[in-house]
Amino acid sequence: MSKADAAAAILWVGATFYALFGGADFGGGFWDLVAGWDERGQRPRDAIQRSLTPVWEANHVWLIFVLVVLWTAFPTAFSAIFTTLYVPIALAALGIVLRGAGFAFRKSIVGLRERRAMGATFAISSVLTPFFMGTVVGAIAAGNVPAAGNGDAFSSWIQPLPLLIGAMFVATGAYLAAVFLVGDARRGDHELERYFERRALGAAVVAGALAIAGIFALHSEARYVFDRLTDQGLPLVILSLLCGAALLAVLVRGGRRPLRPLAAGAVVAVIWGWGVAQFPYLLPTSLRIDQAAAPDPTMTIIFIVFAAAAVVVLPSLGLLYTLAQKDLLESEH
Amino acid sequence: MPPLDLLPLAASESNLLAAREQMAFTLGFHIVLSCIGVALPATMLVANYLGLKKGDAHALELAKRWSKAMAVTFAVGAVTGTVLSFEFGLLWPQFEHRFGSVFGIAFAIEGIFFFVEAIFLAVYIYGWKRLRPWAHFWSGVPMVVTGIGGAFSVVAANAWMNQPQGFTLNSAGEVVDVEPLKVLFNPATGYEVAHMILAAYMVVGFLVASIYAVGMLKGRRDRLHRLGLVIPLTIACIATPVQLFVGDTAAREIASDQPAKFAAMECIYETGPDQTEYLGGICTEDGVKGAIGIPGLNSFLVGWSTDTKVTGLNDIPDDEEPPAHTLLHLSFDTMVGIGSALLGLALWFGFVWWKRRDIPQTPWFLRAVSISGGAAIVALWCGWIVTEVGRQPWIVNGYMRTSEAVTEAEGIWFSFGLVLFLYAALGTGAILVLRGMSRRWREAGAEEVQSPYAPQTEEVG
Repeated sequence: MSKADAAAAILWVGATFYALFGGADFGGGFWDLVAGWDERGQRPRDAIQRSLTPVWEANHVWLIFVLVVLWTAFPTAFSAIFTTLYVPIALAALGIVLRGAGFAFRKSIVGLRERRAMGATFAISSVLTPFFMGTVVGAIAAGNVPAAGNGDAFSSWIQPLPLLIGAMFVATGAYLAAVFLVGDARRGDHELERYFERRALGAAVVAGALAIAGIFALHSEARYVFDRLTDQGLPLVILSLLCGAALLAVLVRGGRRPLRPLAAGAVVAVIWGWGVAQFPYLLPTSLRIDQAAAPDPTMTIIFIVFAAAAVVVLPSLGLLYTLAQKDLLESEH
Repeated sequence: MPPLDLLPLAASESNLLAAREQMAFTLGFHIVLSCIGVALPATMLVANYLGLKKGDAHALELAKRWSKAMAVTFAVGAVTGTVLSFEFGLLWPQFEHRFGSVFGIAFAIEGIFFFVEAIFLAVYIYGWKRLRPWAHFWSGVPMVVTGIGGAFSVVAANAWMNQPQGFTLNSAGEVVDVEPLKVLFNPATGYEVAHMILAAYMVVGFLVASIYAVGMLKGRRDRLHRLGLVIPLTIACIATPVQLFVGDTAAREIASDQPAKFAAMECIYETGPDQTEYLGGICTEDGVKGAIGIPGLNSFLVGWSTDTKVTGLNDIPDDEEPPAHTLLHLSFDTMVGIGSALLGLALWFGFVWWKRRDIPQTPWFLRAVSISGGAAIVALWCGWIVTEVGRQPWIVNGYMRTSEAVTEAEGIWFSFGLVLFLYAALGTGAILVLRGMSRRWREAGAEEVQSPYAPQTEEVG
């Protein structure tokens, strides 16, 4: 494995963490959006807020991590992506601003009307942001980003595959969030447990249907990725399917087996399947990992930073999640 | 090494201006929030420590309130910071394309600091009720370290843009080798980092103190307000004299390392010894108009002798000269002026405290403190105008022009307009939320504050 490949793997690790935790965060916003008006939606909404409050900022640092590793280790890929897909990227950034502000302000204000406006801002942008991020990923997989950059600003991502991947990002986030929230509700609220179980099931079905549609879109729009996904990437695809099926079985039979590892497994397998399918390209099929790679000393810094993240950040994150799961962190002011 | 102008100047001047304005605006907005992220943790931990050591419920209440306020500023700062990292790609893609592998090193390190800060901030903010008191205190300490580390990394990246080194270019202008330590510890790192961290402590100290000074002027002279003024003001007043020393050193370094920036900020046109130090005024090609001039002082400040030769703008090639000389000059003067006034305030406070263990009793003192926070922020902005506008037309001093770095994408004026609107709403929202919190605290009653910790506090005494 070359240094460049290792750096690409680090990029993928960051993207995986972001997909899992950031994705669940967005999904929380999705369930907030569809929770129904005021009284009816109050309980799930409170549960979502309690669950997100202590962790949402830390979860989103993974995005910064991914961006910084991308521009430092693979500067040419970074500029090619940003000069081509600046429309969905800017819209995602807009969504990040609205979402963060809406969430932070909502829990710190008391007026009902203002709270509702802030809540709506948070919830709507929780859906739009992952959608636009998904279109970026879809456009890259489809090979619509030329290595030299400055690809078409609209036709690069307004295509069936990128739009489908955008929808898949939203559905996957909702699926993860529902499963995580089932876990939270199991610590005492049976009614809410059923509530999120039903939603996890619904989201799983939608995400699965989108994934099947995605396979067809990959076949016609991203042939390189399709071919490798059904070849080298096949074990991971099967793993993802197995995790998804096992989770569905647990939900349908109504057991209390752990759901989170299965949901996470299904998502992680897809992300790494995509990585394997793209290899050795960062931008299929115009820019290879080694062509985009920064000089070796820069890669060494990336490795050191990654090691520091493993030694310092992961245990700290573990501490944060543990405290949050033990209800030692109080989200109310 | 000679400057390399290999990329075609493709983007229009209009795009460049829009991109620069958007970057300046979003950075100016974010920098106030990042100062709070760097320096507020130490301020609240001082209050927390005093509260725990002396069993002082007022001090603990202050620490708790500041942490709740920081929950808001940190959230807004996290999103405006994310916007900046998007903007590196959206506005300056060619900069990242050519120098991302160099410039990104500092940001990769910053990512770790920011991560750890975000994690422990959450533990600290939400841990008040249920963590044991000293465990809770210690959960805040990493934020102080990561604040300083994060500031170091980001400012080292900026320092590198002013004093680039530690990389090798091939004949096509591509980076083929990098020396990370030289990138991080470039000649401008030392003074820029120290200047910025001290600025953060000044901004936060004066800003928090000014909020309590306003309350005291309105007649709220309870112990909580007094403590809320004294703790942050003491921190700011310790930072201020050090800052003036560091700033003075920085100016001398800039005179030797970045003569064009120095000449513009001091309005010097003709190279030579015996340079006049101009205070205020308008810079024109025919000299400075309407300024107070002190003959020879500029040369003296640069080299401790009026014989010191200082480079003037007339010796800088026209296409390497910073724009907006008057803006740079007045920004520099405003920063130094505010810094000196704050030093006066610090000396006043320090002297009276030393004599009487009390704050000066005249309302003029409270009035001065109440504007000090705003003044410190203005000085901060002025300093960044000098650094950034003074480096123009370069994005990487001597190597890459800002015009080569800018995006070719259309609609930057539109995005700038949207950003103005959005950030106005964001700023207004943050201030309204903070004011609402403060009103609720006031209504809850400041006199009968209780320890924010759960009953187990007794164990600590």
